Amino acid sequence: MMMDKNNSEDWDLVIKGHTSLFDLKFNDLWHYRDLLFMFVRRDFVSFYKQTVLGPLWFFIQPIFTTIVFTFVFGNLAGISTDGLPQYLFYLSGITAWNYFSDCLTKTSTVFRDNASIFGKVYFPRLIMPLSIVVSNLVRFGVQLLLLLCMMAYFGIKGENFHVTYGIFFFPILVILMALLGLGAGLIITAMTTKYRDLTFLVSFGVQLLMYGTTVIYPLSAAPPAYKRIIELNPMTGIIEAFRFSFLGKGEFSFWSLGYSAIFTLVVLMLGIVIFNKTEKNFVDTI
Amino acid sequence: MKQQVIKVENLSKAYQIGQIGTGTVSRDFERFWATKIRRREDPFLKIGETNDRSTKGTSDIVWSLKDINFEINQGDAVGIIGKNGAGKSTLLKLLSRVTSPTTGEIKVMGRIASLLEVGTGFHPELSGRENIYLNGAILGMRKKEITRKMDEIIDFSGVERYIDTPVKRYSSGMYVRLAFAVAAHLESEILIVDEVLAVGDAEFQKKCLGKMGDISKGEGRTVLFVSHNMAAVKSLCSKGILMENGRIVKNAGVDEVLNVYNSNFQEMESEVSWTTETAPGNATAKVLSVRLVTDDNYFAIEKDAVLEVIYENLIDNHSLNVSVSVFDDKETYILSSPNLSRSPLPKGIYKSTCVLPKDFFNKGKYYFTVLLIGNNFDLIAQLDKVVAADFDEEGTKRGEYFGYWAGAVRPYLKWDNLLLKH
Repeated sequence: MMMDKNNSEDWDLVIKGHTSLFDLKFNDLWHYRDLLFMFVRRDFVSFYKQTVLGPLWFFIQPIFTTIVFTFVFGNLAGISTDGLPQYLFYLSGITAWNYFSDCLTKTSTVFRDNASIFGKVYFPRLIMPLSIVVSNLVRFGVQLLLLLCMMAYFGIKGENFHVTYGIFFFPILVILMALLGLGAGLIITAMTTKYRDLTFLVSFGVQLLMYGTTVIYPLSAAPPAYKRIIELNPMTGIIEAFRFSFLGKGEFSFWSLGYSAIFTLVVLMLGIVIFNKTEKNFVDTI
Repeated sequence: MKQQVIKVENLSKAYQIGQIGTGTVSRDFERFWATKIRRREDPFLKIGETNDRSTKGTSDIVWSLKDINFEINQGDAVGIIGKNGAGKSTLLKLLSRVTSPTTGEIKVMGRIASLLEVGTGFHPELSGRENIYLNGAILGMRKKEITRKMDEIIDFSGVERYIDTPVKRYSSGMYVRLAFAVAAHLESEILIVDEVLAVGDAEFQKKCLGKMGDISKGEGRTVLFVSHNMAAVKSLCSKGILMENGRIVKNAGVDEVLNVYNSNFQEMESEVSWTTETAPGNATAKVLSVRLVTDDNYFAIEKDAVLEVIYENLIDNHSLNVSVSVFDDKETYILSSPNLSRSPLPKGIYKSTCVLPKDFFNKGKYYFTVLLIGNNFDLIAQLDKVVAADFDEEGTKRGEYFGYWAGAVRPYLKWDNLLLKH
């Protein structure tokens, strides 16, 4: 019997040049979920293989940053820490900020870093940035342990801080940070396949943005004239809420968290759409 | 009637060549204005320009594939052949979804697994076993599927002893064996293979070819195979597609297609020259002409021939040299011979000559690839099979034997014959 197939429904797959902007192929993504965890494992194992200190490296960076921040901003500049122990104040800010900034900077080079794999085999490209977010989550978890240890130490010393009900929103805060970093990273990596200049912007932009977020100062200490601007930064609400949850100081407001959530969703949707549009042809331009 | 598993319709792919630089933003805007706002044709995709490297085009866009149409039935083993730059690899990239077509579409039934490279995503720090999982997952296998086939894969690869050693300690041969073993155990209905067999030792190549034969003949799966190895194509494939300059020249049974391919090569010339504008090369040097000559333009085994390359050096103190590579009509790489004397040269036009000695080639066609190499051994121009010659035989060496004299080359080695015992 002659089988005449002209309708695209009869085929498993139709490859063509122009697809809908919103054809995001999420079921494809689901099929490749095992790959995501393989990549996470690979990142984790390759990170500490052939190093002397191994996973200890996860601690070294936040510890030293905290010491330097305490010295420069706490002791030299004398910036308020809302009555919290300086080490705890900075460490909490750095831990949260690092997760966001790692997600952002690592996803922002996804296309360039993986050009050789992407050029040879198809899998849903979104797997790669998602695996980055998940591997960073492992790292974030380890650094969170450090924060908890420090909290225990200062708690025994009788310093004045306490964990609040905000802790129940902690998973939401982590998801918001991950998705915001992911979304912004996706937009940037998609644009850098054509315009390399953006890479330079990311490295110092993220650094500058940290000073526009309440990592090294509490929102309550910000001058009223700048407070509005600082609150426009979607990370501010998240970091403030993070600090409020763990240490009991900071501005926990559902308004600012709601704003951050909407901001994150918009950036993420935009990021995924642009990323999916770029992934089809980026091999030709990179 | 067998079921169609791949149907390609009006498939085209355009590439932008040359620099992508500061001009791109304004050009992107111009393109956006023309296609999205005014709904016109893309001004940068000029119609009708094919991908022919030897003539310089007028636009920055080349069509690597132009209006390709074909169908492939279930269980077919199809060899895709053609010269370098004919569009074979682009076609494979489109089929494997690494990049997407400019126009047209490909319809597929079943899962496609493509092997444009063996060992994609292998991580040197991970062990062989971990890399099997990683590579398998990249190629689209589920974890439990890999676990189920693990023993089979390790067995096929023959590197069982080292399976828990990081692959960075592997020899390149072991690496390739392991990588192919993963790919060979994919459970896809369609398998696309691009010249991966060019690696590994002869025994392993045979094993790979055997496995691919099993896949298409034994298991009824569809195989698309791109190779320059005509012997492999012939033994593995039942159908062939011959491509040239981004178009399909012939789509038929494999023998018929190979005949067309071989006869196409006969049209090659023994002399090629360029004008200053079109000369291949870069800003430091350009090749002006390449030719093969004999005293009377008749090529015979028993006569010397000379390869002449004329090139222009455009900068001072340039260490330039020419290299020649010789292929026979079965795509066997016979030899390569660079001009070993390199010294810094002043600007000017130069001629390098190379004597192709008599009593060396066999009867038949040979193709000559010429490279021009500059400072720091930079490749300035690579002219693949730019000239060719069909060597005839005068027969003076044969004595009384007139039969077939096999071999890629036919030098007359020195023989002695001594009587040892009466």
